[in-house]
Amino acid sequence: MSNLRILVATKRVVDYAVKIRVNAAGSAVETANVKHSMNPFDEIGTEQAIQIKEALVKAKTGTAEVIVVSCGPAKSQETLRTALAMGADRAIHVESDEELQPLAVAKLLKAIVEKEKPDMVILGKQAIDDDSNQTGQMLAGLLNWPQATFASKVELGDKLMTVTREVDGGVETVKAPLPAILTTDLRLNVPRYASLPNIMKAKKKPLAKFTVADLGVDIKPRLQTLKIAEPPKRQGGKLVESVDDLVDKLKNEAKVL
Amino acid sequence: MSTPTRYRVIALYKQLSYLGREYPAGADYFHKKLKGAFLKNKDLSDPAEIQKRIDLGDYVCKEIEAMYHINKYRAMKKRYYEDAEVGNIQAKLENTNWAQGASSSATSSSPQQ
Repeated sequence: MSNLRILVATKRVVDYAVKIRVNAAGSAVETANVKHSMNPFDEIGTEQAIQIKEALVKAKTGTAEVIVVSCGPAKSQETLRTALAMGADRAIHVESDEELQPLAVAKLLKAIVEKEKPDMVILGKQAIDDDSNQTGQMLAGLLNWPQATFASKVELGDKLMTVTREVDGGVETVKAPLPAILTTDLRLNVPRYASLPNIMKAKKKPLAKFTVADLGVDIKPRLQTLKIAEPPKRQGGKLVESVDDLVDKLKNEAKVL
Repeated sequence: MSTPTRYRVIALYKQLSYLGREYPAGADYFHKKLKGAFLKNKDLSDPAEIQKRIDLGDYVCKEIEAMYHINKYRAMKKRYYEDAEVGNIQAKLENTNWAQGASSSATSSSPQQ
Protein backbone atom coordinates (compact mmCIF):
# COMPACT_ATOMS: atom_id res chain seq x y z
CA MET A 1 0.00 0.00 0.00
CA SER A 2 1.54 3.26 -0.99
CA ASN A 3 0.28 6.45 0.57
CA LEU A 4 1.73 9.40 -1.21
CA ARG A 5 1.73 12.99 -0.21
CA ILE A 6 2.07 15.28 -3.21
CA LEU A 7 2.72 19.00 -2.92
CA VAL A 8 1.77 21.06 -5.97
CA ALA A 9 3.04 24.62 -6.32
CA THR A 10 0.86 27.06 -8.25
CA LYS A 11 1.09 30.71 -9.22
CA ARG A 12 -1.53 33.33 -9.98
CA VAL A 13 -0.46 35.05 -13.21
CA VAL A 14 -1.93 37.38 -15.80
CA ASP A 15 -4.23 35.25 -17.96
CA TYR A 16 -2.55 33.82 -21.05
CA ALA A 17 -5.10 35.40 -23.42
CA VAL A 18 -4.64 38.97 -22.15
CA LYS A 19 -2.72 41.37 -24.36
CA ILE A 20 -0.22 42.69 -21.88
CA ARG A 21 0.94 46.28 -21.75
CA VAL A 22 3.76 48.05 -19.98
CA ASN A 23 2.38 50.24 -17.20
CA ALA A 24 2.36 54.05 -17.28
CA ALA A 25 5.49 54.30 -15.13
CA GLY A 26 7.38 51.98 -17.49
CA SER A 27 8.44 49.85 -14.55
CA ALA A 28 6.48 46.64 -15.02
CA VAL A 29 3.68 44.95 -16.88
CA GLU A 30 0.27 46.45 -16.10
CA THR A 31 -1.55 44.08 -13.73
CA ALA A 32 -4.28 46.27 -12.22
CA ASN A 33 -7.79 45.34 -13.39
CA VAL A 34 -6.32 42.70 -15.65
CA LYS A 35 -7.69 39.15 -15.75
CA HIS A 36 -5.58 36.67 -13.80
CA SER A 37 -5.70 32.90 -13.66
CA MET A 38 -3.59 29.90 -12.68
CA ASN A 39 -0.37 29.50 -14.64
CA PRO A 40 -1.15 26.96 -17.41
CA PHE A 41 1.85 24.78 -16.52
CA ASP A 42 0.66 24.72 -12.90
CA GLU A 43 -2.78 23.57 -14.05
CA ILE A 44 -1.01 20.67 -15.72
CA GLY A 45 0.87 20.02 -12.46
CA THR A 46 -2.32 20.02 -10.39
CA GLU A 47 -3.98 17.71 -12.91
CA GLN A 48 -1.02 15.31 -12.75
CA ALA A 49 -1.18 15.09 -8.96
CA ILE A 50 -4.91 14.41 -9.09
CA GLN A 51 -4.45 11.77 -11.79
CA ILE A 52 -1.82 10.03 -9.65
CA LYS A 53 -4.26 10.03 -6.75
CA GLU A 54 -7.11 8.70 -8.91
CA ALA A 55 -4.89 5.95 -10.35
CA LEU A 56 -3.89 4.77 -6.89
CA VAL A 57 -7.47 4.74 -5.69
CA LYS A 58 -8.70 2.93 -8.80
CA ALA A 59 -6.00 0.25 -8.59
CA LYS A 60 -6.66 -0.03 -4.84
CA THR A 61 -2.93 0.12 -4.23
CA GLY A 62 -3.07 3.13 -1.94
CA THR A 63 -4.09 6.73 -1.65
CA ALA A 64 -2.53 10.11 -2.20
CA GLU A 65 -3.03 13.43 -0.50
CA VAL A 66 -2.75 16.38 -2.87
CA ILE A 67 -1.75 19.62 -1.18
CA VAL A 68 -1.64 22.74 -3.31
CA VAL A 69 0.42 25.76 -2.28
CA SER A 70 0.72 29.26 -3.64
CA CYS A 71 2.91 32.19 -2.58
CA GLY A 72 1.61 35.66 -3.20
CA PRO A 73 -0.93 38.31 -2.25
CA ALA A 74 -4.43 37.60 -0.88
CA LYS A 75 -5.85 37.05 -4.37
CA SER A 76 -3.67 33.95 -4.76
CA GLN A 77 -6.43 32.22 -2.84
CA GLU A 78 -8.53 32.28 -6.01
CA THR A 79 -5.91 30.08 -7.66
CA LEU A 80 -5.92 27.76 -4.67
CA ARG A 81 -9.73 27.49 -4.82
CA THR A 82 -9.48 26.54 -8.50
CA ALA A 83 -7.02 23.78 -7.62
CA LEU A 84 -9.24 22.55 -4.80
CA ALA A 85 -12.16 22.50 -7.23
CA MET A 86 -10.11 20.37 -9.63
CA GLY A 87 -9.66 17.82 -6.86
CA ALA A 88 -6.85 18.81 -4.52
CA ASP A 89 -7.44 17.91 -0.88
CA ARG A 90 -6.17 20.97 0.93
CA ALA A 91 -4.45 24.25 0.25
CA ILE A 92 -1.70 26.36 1.77
CA HIS A 93 -1.40 30.07 1.13
CA VAL A 94 1.90 31.78 1.88
CA GLU A 95 0.81 35.36 1.98
CA SER A 96 3.08 38.18 0.87
CA ASP A 97 2.51 41.44 -0.96
CA GLU A 98 6.22 41.77 -1.72
CA GLU A 99 7.80 40.82 -5.00
CA LEU A 100 8.67 37.13 -4.87
CA GLN A 101 11.43 36.07 -7.22
CA PRO A 102 12.05 32.37 -7.95
CA LEU A 103 14.77 32.02 -5.29
CA ALA A 104 12.45 33.45 -2.65
CA VAL A 105 9.63 31.14 -3.74
CA ALA A 106 11.99 28.16 -3.67
CA LYS A 107 13.03 29.05 -0.11
CA LEU A 108 9.39 29.42 0.96
CA LEU A 109 8.51 26.10 -0.65
CA LYS A 110 11.46 24.48 1.14
CA ALA A 111 9.99 25.66 4.45
CA ILE A 112 6.59 24.19 3.47
CA VAL A 113 8.24 20.92 2.39
CA GLU A 114 9.95 20.69 5.77
CA LYS A 115 6.55 21.11 7.44
CA GLU A 116 4.51 18.80 5.21
CA LYS A 117 7.15 16.21 4.26
CA PRO A 118 5.70 15.32 0.82
CA ASP A 119 6.97 12.47 -1.34
CA MET A 120 6.86 14.60 -4.45
CA VAL A 121 6.74 18.29 -5.30
CA ILE A 122 5.22 19.15 -8.66
CA LEU A 123 5.74 22.58 -10.21
CA GLY A 124 5.03 24.07 -13.61
CA LYS A 125 8.16 24.33 -15.71
CA GLN A 126 7.87 28.12 -15.83
CA ALA A 127 5.40 30.89 -15.12
CA ILE A 128 4.06 32.68 -18.17
CA ASP A 129 4.64 36.08 -16.61
CA ASP A 130 8.33 35.92 -15.77
CA ASP A 131 9.36 32.82 -17.79
CA SER A 132 12.12 32.14 -15.27
CA ASN A 133 12.11 28.33 -15.40
CA GLN A 134 14.07 28.34 -12.12
CA THR A 135 11.89 27.63 -9.11
CA GLY A 136 11.72 23.84 -9.48
CA GLN A 137 15.43 23.54 -10.07
CA MET A 138 16.33 25.88 -7.20
CA LEU A 139 14.03 24.00 -4.85
CA ALA A 140 15.71 20.72 -5.78
CA GLY A 141 19.07 22.33 -5.07
CA LEU A 142 17.98 23.71 -1.71
CA LEU A 143 16.46 20.38 -0.63
CA ASN A 144 19.19 18.29 -2.25
CA TRP A 145 16.47 16.23 -3.94
CA PRO A 146 16.59 14.70 -7.43
CA GLN A 147 14.68 16.59 -10.11
CA ALA A 148 13.04 15.66 -13.39
CA THR A 149 12.13 18.74 -15.38
CA PHE A 150 10.05 19.23 -18.55
CA ALA A 151 8.17 16.01 -17.82
CA SER A 152 5.91 14.78 -20.59
CA LYS A 153 5.17 11.42 -18.92
CA VAL A 154 5.40 10.18 -15.33
CA GLU A 155 5.20 6.64 -13.99
CA LEU A 156 5.35 5.88 -10.32
CA GLY A 157 6.93 2.75 -8.94
CA ASP A 158 7.85 1.70 -5.44
CA LYS A 159 9.44 4.84 -3.97
CA LEU A 160 10.60 5.63 -7.50
CA MET A 161 9.47 7.73 -10.43
CA THR A 162 10.25 7.18 -14.11
CA VAL A 163 9.96 10.40 -16.08
CA THR A 164 10.10 11.03 -19.80
CA ARG A 165 11.54 14.48 -20.40
CA GLU A 166 11.20 16.71 -23.42
CA VAL A 167 14.65 18.06 -24.24
CA ASP A 168 15.98 19.93 -27.25
CA GLY A 169 17.33 16.87 -29.01
CA GLY A 170 14.23 14.80 -28.43
CA VAL A 171 13.09 12.77 -25.45
CA GLU A 172 14.99 11.45 -22.43
CA THR A 173 13.85 8.97 -19.80
CA VAL A 174 15.15 9.29 -16.27
CA LYS A 175 14.50 7.40 -13.05
CA ALA A 176 14.59 9.13 -9.71
CA PRO A 177 14.01 7.86 -6.20
CA LEU A 178 11.36 9.63 -4.16
CA PRO A 179 11.19 12.19 -2.66
CA ALA A 180 11.81 14.17 -5.81
CA ILE A 181 10.90 17.32 -7.75
CA LEU A 182 8.93 17.25 -10.98
CA THR A 183 8.30 20.16 -13.34
CA THR A 184 5.61 19.83 -15.96
CA ASP A 185 5.75 20.28 -19.69
CA LEU A 186 2.85 21.09 -21.98
CA ARG A 187 2.26 17.57 -23.21
CA LEU A 188 2.04 15.89 -19.80
CA ASN A 189 -1.76 15.88 -19.56
CA VAL A 190 -4.99 17.77 -20.29
CA PRO A 191 -6.12 19.69 -17.19
CA ARG A 192 -9.78 19.25 -16.28
CA TYR A 193 -12.17 22.15 -16.09
CA ALA A 194 -13.69 22.45 -12.61
CA SER A 195 -17.45 21.93 -12.59
CA LEU A 196 -19.75 24.13 -10.51
CA PRO A 197 -20.63 21.40 -7.95
CA ASN A 198 -16.89 20.83 -7.39
CA ILE A 199 -16.35 24.55 -6.93
CA MET A 200 -19.02 24.53 -4.23
CA LYS A 201 -17.39 21.52 -2.57
CA ALA A 202 -14.01 23.24 -2.70
CA LYS A 203 -15.24 26.00 -0.42
CA LYS A 204 -15.34 23.52 2.44
CA LYS A 205 -11.82 22.20 1.90
CA PRO A 206 -9.15 23.41 4.35
CA LEU A 207 -6.98 26.38 3.39
CA ALA A 208 -4.12 27.18 5.76
CA LYS A 209 -2.37 30.54 5.77
CA PHE A 210 1.21 31.36 6.60
CA THR A 211 3.12 34.61 6.49
CA VAL A 212 6.72 34.88 5.35
CA ALA A 213 7.67 35.68 8.95
CA ASP A 214 5.99 32.45 10.15
CA LEU A 215 8.33 30.50 7.91
CA GLY A 216 11.44 32.55 8.74
CA VAL A 217 12.59 33.03 5.16
CA ASP A 218 14.62 35.83 3.58
CA ILE A 219 12.67 36.86 0.48
CA LYS A 220 14.70 39.94 -0.45
CA PRO A 221 14.93 40.15 -4.25
CA ARG A 222 18.36 39.46 -5.68
CA LEU A 223 17.55 40.71 -9.17
CA GLN A 224 16.56 44.24 -10.09
CA THR A 225 14.59 45.06 -13.23
CA LEU A 226 16.40 47.88 -14.99
CA LYS A 227 14.22 48.36 -18.02
CA ILE A 228 11.01 47.04 -19.47
CA ALA A 229 9.79 47.84 -22.97
CA GLU A 230 7.37 46.50 -25.54
CA PRO A 231 8.89 44.72 -28.53
CA PRO A 232 9.39 46.81 -31.71
CA LYS A 233 6.27 47.15 -33.81
CA ARG A 234 5.91 44.77 -36.74
CA GLN A 235 7.01 46.06 -40.11
CA GLY A 236 4.21 46.71 -42.57
CA GLY A 237 3.49 44.03 -45.10
CA LYS A 238 3.21 44.40 -48.82
CA LEU A 239 0.19 43.89 -51.03
CA VAL A 240 0.56 41.41 -53.87
CA GLU A 241 -1.43 41.49 -57.12
CA SER A 242 -1.75 37.81 -57.88
CA VAL A 243 -0.71 34.33 -56.82
CA ASP A 244 2.15 34.41 -59.35
CA ASP A 245 3.34 37.69 -57.85
CA LEU A 246 3.24 36.12 -54.36
CA VAL A 247 5.16 33.04 -55.44
CA ASP A 248 7.70 35.23 -57.23
CA LYS A 249 8.24 37.37 -54.13
CA LEU A 250 8.51 34.38 -51.82
CA LYS A 251 11.02 32.78 -54.15
CA ASN A 252 13.17 35.76 -55.07
CA GLU A 253 12.87 38.31 -52.30
CA ALA A 254 12.20 36.32 -49.16
CA LYS A 255 13.96 33.23 -50.50
CA VAL A 256 11.75 30.86 -48.58
CA LEU A 257 10.76 28.72 -51.55
CA MET B 1 -41.46 18.70 -15.68
CA SER B 2 -40.72 16.54 -12.63
CA THR B 3 -38.60 17.97 -9.83
CA PRO B 4 -35.44 15.88 -10.44
CA THR B 5 -35.47 16.84 -14.12
CA ARG B 6 -36.10 20.45 -13.22
CA TYR B 7 -33.09 20.33 -10.92
CA ARG B 8 -30.95 18.88 -13.69
CA VAL B 9 -32.03 21.55 -16.15
CA ILE B 10 -31.24 24.33 -13.70
CA ALA B 11 -27.84 22.74 -12.90
CA LEU B 12 -27.13 22.57 -16.64
CA TYR B 13 -28.04 26.22 -17.08
CA LYS B 14 -25.79 27.24 -14.20
CA GLN B 15 -22.89 25.15 -15.55
CA LEU B 16 -23.22 26.64 -19.05
CA SER B 17 -23.49 30.10 -17.58
CA TYR B 18 -20.29 29.51 -15.61
CA LEU B 19 -18.47 28.16 -18.67
CA GLY B 20 -19.66 31.07 -20.79
CA ARG B 21 -17.89 33.69 -18.72
CA GLU B 22 -14.68 33.19 -20.69
CA TYR B 23 -16.29 32.82 -24.09
CA PRO B 24 -14.05 34.46 -26.73
CA ALA B 25 -16.92 36.20 -28.54
CA GLY B 26 -18.00 37.79 -25.26
CA ALA B 27 -19.75 36.69 -22.07
CA ASP B 28 -22.82 38.84 -22.87
CA TYR B 29 -23.22 37.30 -26.33
CA PHE B 30 -22.97 33.83 -24.83
CA HIS B 31 -25.45 34.61 -22.09
CA LYS B 32 -27.96 35.97 -24.60
CA LYS B 33 -27.70 32.81 -26.72
CA LEU B 34 -27.88 30.59 -23.64
CA LYS B 35 -31.01 32.27 -22.29
CA GLY B 36 -32.62 32.23 -25.71
CA ALA B 37 -31.93 28.54 -26.18
CA PHE B 38 -33.39 27.62 -22.80
CA LEU B 39 -36.45 29.85 -23.20
CA LYS B 40 -37.18 28.35 -26.60
CA ASN B 41 -37.57 24.92 -24.98
CA LYS B 42 -39.34 25.95 -21.80
CA ASP B 43 -42.71 24.41 -22.71
CA LEU B 44 -41.52 20.88 -23.40
CA SER B 45 -43.34 18.17 -21.50
CA ASP B 46 -42.28 14.87 -23.09
CA PRO B 47 -39.55 13.38 -20.82
CA ALA B 48 -37.69 11.85 -23.78
CA GLU B 49 -37.55 15.22 -25.53
CA ILE B 50 -36.35 16.93 -22.37
CA GLN B 51 -33.66 14.30 -21.89
CA LYS B 52 -32.49 14.83 -25.46
CA ARG B 53 -32.13 18.56 -24.78
CA ILE B 54 -30.25 17.90 -21.54
CA ASP B 55 -27.89 15.57 -23.40
CA LEU B 56 -27.33 18.27 -25.99
CA GLY B 57 -26.54 20.70 -23.19
CA ASP B 58 -23.97 18.30 -21.70
CA TYR B 59 -22.45 17.90 -25.14
CA VAL B 60 -22.18 21.68 -25.53
CA CYS B 61 -20.46 21.87 -22.12
CA LYS B 62 -17.84 19.36 -23.29
CA GLU B 63 -17.37 21.21 -26.57
CA ILE B 64 -16.77 24.50 -24.78
CA GLU B 65 -14.27 22.93 -22.38
CA ALA B 66 -12.47 21.34 -25.35
CA MET B 67 -12.38 24.67 -27.17
CA TYR B 68 -10.93 26.48 -24.17
CA HIS B 69 -8.28 23.80 -23.80
CA ILE B 70 -7.31 23.83 -27.48
CA ASN B 71 -7.01 27.62 -27.51
CA LYS B 72 -4.78 27.55 -24.46
CA TYR B 73 -2.71 24.60 -25.73
CA ARG B 74 -2.14 26.21 -29.12
CA ALA B 75 -1.16 29.54 -27.57
CA MET B 76 1.32 27.85 -25.22
CA LYS B 77 2.71 25.69 -28.03
CA LYS B 78 3.17 28.69 -30.27
CA ARG B 79 4.90 30.71 -27.58
CA TYR B 80 7.17 28.12 -26.05
CA TYR B 81 7.83 25.49 -28.67
CA GLU B 82 9.45 26.70 -31.85
CA ASP B 83 9.10 24.54 -34.90
CA ALA B 84 12.61 24.77 -36.36
CA GLU B 85 11.48 24.96 -39.97
CA VAL B 86 8.79 27.54 -39.26
CA GLY B 87 11.33 29.57 -37.27
CA ASN B 88 13.73 29.56 -40.22
CA ILE B 89 11.08 30.75 -42.66
CA GLN B 90 9.86 33.42 -40.27
CA ALA B 91 13.38 34.73 -39.81
CA LYS B 92 13.85 34.94 -43.57
CA LEU B 93 10.57 36.77 -44.04
CA GLU B 94 11.44 39.28 -41.34
CA ASN B 95 14.78 40.01 -42.97
CA THR B 96 13.20 41.00 -46.24
CA ASN B 97 13.06 44.73 -46.96
CA TRP B 98 9.38 44.82 -47.73
CA ALA B 99 8.66 47.81 -45.51
CA GLN B 100 11.04 49.91 -47.58
CA GLY B 101 9.37 48.61 -50.70
CA ALA B 102 12.74 47.46 -52.03
CA SER B 103 12.44 45.21 -55.06
CA SER B 104 15.94 43.80 -54.62
CA SER B 105 16.37 40.38 -53.09
CA ALA B 106 17.03 39.86 -49.40
CA THR B 107 20.50 41.02 -48.47
CA SER B 108 23.36 38.92 -47.20
CA SER B 109 22.10 39.44 -43.66
CA SER B 110 19.88 36.38 -44.12
CA PRO B 111 20.26 33.95 -41.23
CA GLN B 112 22.26 30.77 -41.66
CA GLN B 113 20.38 27.51 -42.29
